[in-house]
Amino acid sequence: MTQSIIWTILILAGLGLVLALVLFFIAKKFKVEEDPRIDEVEKVMPGANCGGCGFAGCRAFADAAVKAPNLDNNYCPVGGNEVMKKVASILGYEVKEKAPMVAVVRCSGSCDKRPKTNDYDGLASCKVKAALYAGDTGCAYGCLGCGDCVEACQFGGITMDPETGLPVVDESKCTACGACSKACPKHVIELRNKGPRSMRVYVSCMNKDKGPAAKKACAAACIGCGICAKTCTHEAITVTDNVAYIDYTKCKLCRECEAMCPTGAIHGVNFPKPLDKEGIKARIAERNRKAKEAAEAAKAAAAEAAAKEAEPVKKEENNG
Amino acid sequence: MAKRTFSIGGVHPDDAKIARDCAIEVLPLPQTVYISMAQHLGAPAKPIVAVGDKVKVGQVIAEPGGFISAFVHSSVSGTVKSIAPRKDISGNLMTHVEIAVEGDEWVEGVDLSDTLITKLPEREVALERIKACGVVGLGGATFPTHVKLNPGPNAKPECLILNGAECEPYLTSDYRILLERTKEIVIGAAIMKNILGPECKCVIGIEENKPAAIKAVEEAVVVLGYQDIDVMTLKKKYPQGGEKQLIDAVMKRQVKSGGLPISVGAVVQNVATALAVYEAVQKNKPLITNTLTITGDCVAKENLHNYLFRIGMPLSYIAEYAGGIPEGAAKLISGGPMMGKAIANLDACTVKGSSSILYLSAKATKRAEASACIRCGRCADACPMGLEPFLLNRLAKAGDMEQLEANAVQDCISCGSCQFSCPANIALLDRINMAKGQVLGIIRARAAAAKAAAEAAKSNEAK
Repeated sequence: MTQSIIWTILILAGLGLVLALVLFFIAKKFKVEEDPRIDEVEKVMPGANCGGCGFAGCRAFADAAVKAPNLDNNYCPVGGNEVMKKVASILGYEVKEKAPMVAVVRCSGSCDKRPKTNDYDGLASCKVKAALYAGDTGCAYGCLGCGDCVEACQFGGITMDPETGLPVVDESKCTACGACSKACPKHVIELRNKGPRSMRVYVSCMNKDKGPAAKKACAAACIGCGICAKTCTHEAITVTDNVAYIDYTKCKLCRECEAMCPTGAIHGVNFPKPLDKEGIKARIAERNRKAKEAAEAAKAAAAEAAAKEAEPVKKEENNG
Repeated sequence: MAKRTFSIGGVHPDDAKIARDCAIEVLPLPQTVYISMAQHLGAPAKPIVAVGDKVKVGQVIAEPGGFISAFVHSSVSGTVKSIAPRKDISGNLMTHVEIAVEGDEWVEGVDLSDTLITKLPEREVALERIKACGVVGLGGATFPTHVKLNPGPNAKPECLILNGAECEPYLTSDYRILLERTKEIVIGAAIMKNILGPECKCVIGIEENKPAAIKAVEEAVVVLGYQDIDVMTLKKKYPQGGEKQLIDAVMKRQVKSGGLPISVGAVVQNVATALAVYEAVQKNKPLITNTLTITGDCVAKENLHNYLFRIGMPLSYIAEYAGGIPEGAAKLISGGPMMGKAIANLDACTVKGSSSILYLSAKATKRAEASACIRCGRCADACPMGLEPFLLNRLAKAGDMEQLEANAVQDCISCGSCQFSCPANIALLDRINMAKGQVLGIIRARAAAAKAAAEAAKSNEAK
C-alpha cells in the first residue's frame, strides 16, 4: 500500500519534471518577441475595455499606440489627459492635450412638451422602433425613449428619467467613450466639449422640420428661426435644415443665444447663476441700438463726404 | 386532385373573413386628396404639375424617378393646391400632391363603360399601356408590373401564377373582386400571359376557404374560352400568398436564397393587379382605384365594408364615412393582421397598394409578457423559408451581422409566423426585421462597392 503511493508520487513527479523541461525549452526556442512597452502601457490604461478609443480594448490600444509614430490618432477618452501623459512618458512621445468631453442629449421633448400621437407596443428597443416607423410622437428626429443608450453605457452614466422619458447623463460617471452616441439610432446623443467648470451651451433639439411643423410636434423644438445665429457675436451658430447647431470650439458661453431663443431649445448647463434673460436682452438691444446709430452715423458721414466731393464740381459748373 | 400547399412551415390563424359578404361600394369623393409620390417599390416619382394647375381624373401628375418606378395619375379632377412633404402612415415625410376636388371630369380616351373587351392587343402595346397607366403589384410589395412582366431576353417564363390566396386573416378585397369582377380578372391574366410568351401557362391559385370565388373563376374561364388557364384550389395555410410559397404550392419548385421567381420560370401577380392590367390595357384607365376592406374584431356588423377607393383619399375621411373608429379599437392596421403596418397617422392617405383599415381590439393586439426561450423549435417549424428565428433573434441581439447573413436573415419574408407560434411570446419578428434591414443594407453596400471597383478597374485598363 505504502509502496504504491510512493511509486505514484515518484512517477507523477518525474513526469511533471520531464514535461516542465520540454515546455521550458520550447518556450525558449519559440519565444515571441513582443515590445515590453505594450505591457507597460496596458498597465496604466483604465482597463475598462470599452472601445471608446476605437480599438477592441485596452491592450489593442496599447499595441496600436506603441506601433504608431506619434499619439495624434490614439487617445483614450476614458483616461483623459492624465493617462495619456503617462502613456506618452513610457513611449517618449508628446501628447496633444484634449479638452474633456461629455455626452449630451440633444432632445428636450419630455412627455409634457412633446405629446404622444400614438402608442408603441413593440419591443422596447430604440433600434427596433426606429426601423419600424417615425416614432410615437409627432417628431421624427427626437429621442425614442426605449433606453438603448442606457444599455450601451458600461459606466452606469446614463439613466432614464421616468418623468420626462428622456435619458439623463451623469457627468461624474460619463467617460465620453461614445458608446451611447453609437447606440442611438436617431443620433440624439452628441459628444461635446465638457467646457470650463462643466459649463456649456448647446441646442437641445434635432428636429429638421420647418418651424410650424416642428413646433406642432414639440413645444421645446428648435424652429430654425435663426435668431440665435443673428445674435451670436462669435459666429459659433449655424442653422442648417431648420435646426441650429452651436460649434463648441467657438462658443464663448455668453448665453445670449439662450436668452433669445423663443422656444427654449438652447440649454446652458452648470452655470453658477441662473439666466438673466431680461438683462441679456437689454444688453443686446443696447448693442443693436449703438450699432444702428453707428451705422447711421457712418451713412451720414459717407453722404456728407459724397456731397463734399460733388460740390466743387458744381462750383466749376457754375463758373463755367 | 389533392389540394396543394407549400411544403415548409406555415401557420393556421383564424381567417376571420367577416366582411366577405359585403359587396363593393364606391366611396364618394372627398374635398381634397393628397397623392403620394412613393406608391410603388423603387425610386419615388417626380411631380410634373405645378401649384395652380388644373388636372383631370387620370391625368399624369408624376413621372417615374428611375428604372424601377412608376407613373402616378391624378385620381380626381380639380386644382393642384400644393406639392409638399406630408406624413405617411408611419409618420415619415414624403412628397404629396394636394388636389382640391372640383367635379369629376376624366381625361379623354378612358373607357368608363362596363362593356367587356375580350380581344387581346399586341404584346408591345399591352406592355406600353401597363407602364403608362402606372400599374404596380397590388399584392403588397407594389413592384412596378411592367418591369416584372418584362424579365429580359434570357428569362424563360413558364408559368404565370395569379395570386388569389388572400391568406391574411380579415382581408376580403381580393375575394370580392374575384366574385364581382371575375371576367375582367381572367382577361387581365390572359393579357399578362400573352406578354410573357406563347409557352407560358397560367394558374390562378385560390385558397379553399373561398369556394364561391373558385366556382366563379372556373366558370368565367370556360365562358371566355381560355383553355390554358387553370384554376387551382389551395389548402388554407398562411403565408400561402407569399411569392415563393405560392410558387412552391403551384409548381412544386423552390426559389433559391437570393433568387428571383423568374429563375424557376415563375411570374406571380396578384388578382387585383390582373384587374388593374385589364383596366389599363382594355379600357386605358390608369391605376387610380383599388379595393379596401373596413374590418376588424371590434367593428359592428353594419360597419363592415368593402370599398372601391381612389388613391389619395385621407384614411381619416374613409374611417369617418365608414362609421367612425369603433369603440374598443386599440390598434389600427393598414393591411392584414399578420403583415400589415400599424397606422401611426390616420391623416395619411390611401396609396395604390392600400388594402384595408383593420380595427383590432386590445384583447387581440395586446402583447403578452415575454418569457425566456426554451428552444422548443416551434418558430423554426413555422418558418416558411426554413430559417431558425430563435437563432436569428439571438444573433440580432448580439449584432453579429456576419452570422446573420450566413444564417440567411435576408431570406425572411417578414410573415410573422415565428412570432405567431412562439409560446414564450418573444418578439422575434421585431428584431429579425431590423436585422434583415441592416444585413440587406450591408449586402447592397458591398454590391455597390464591387461595382465601383469593377468600373475603376475597367477605366484603368482603358487608360
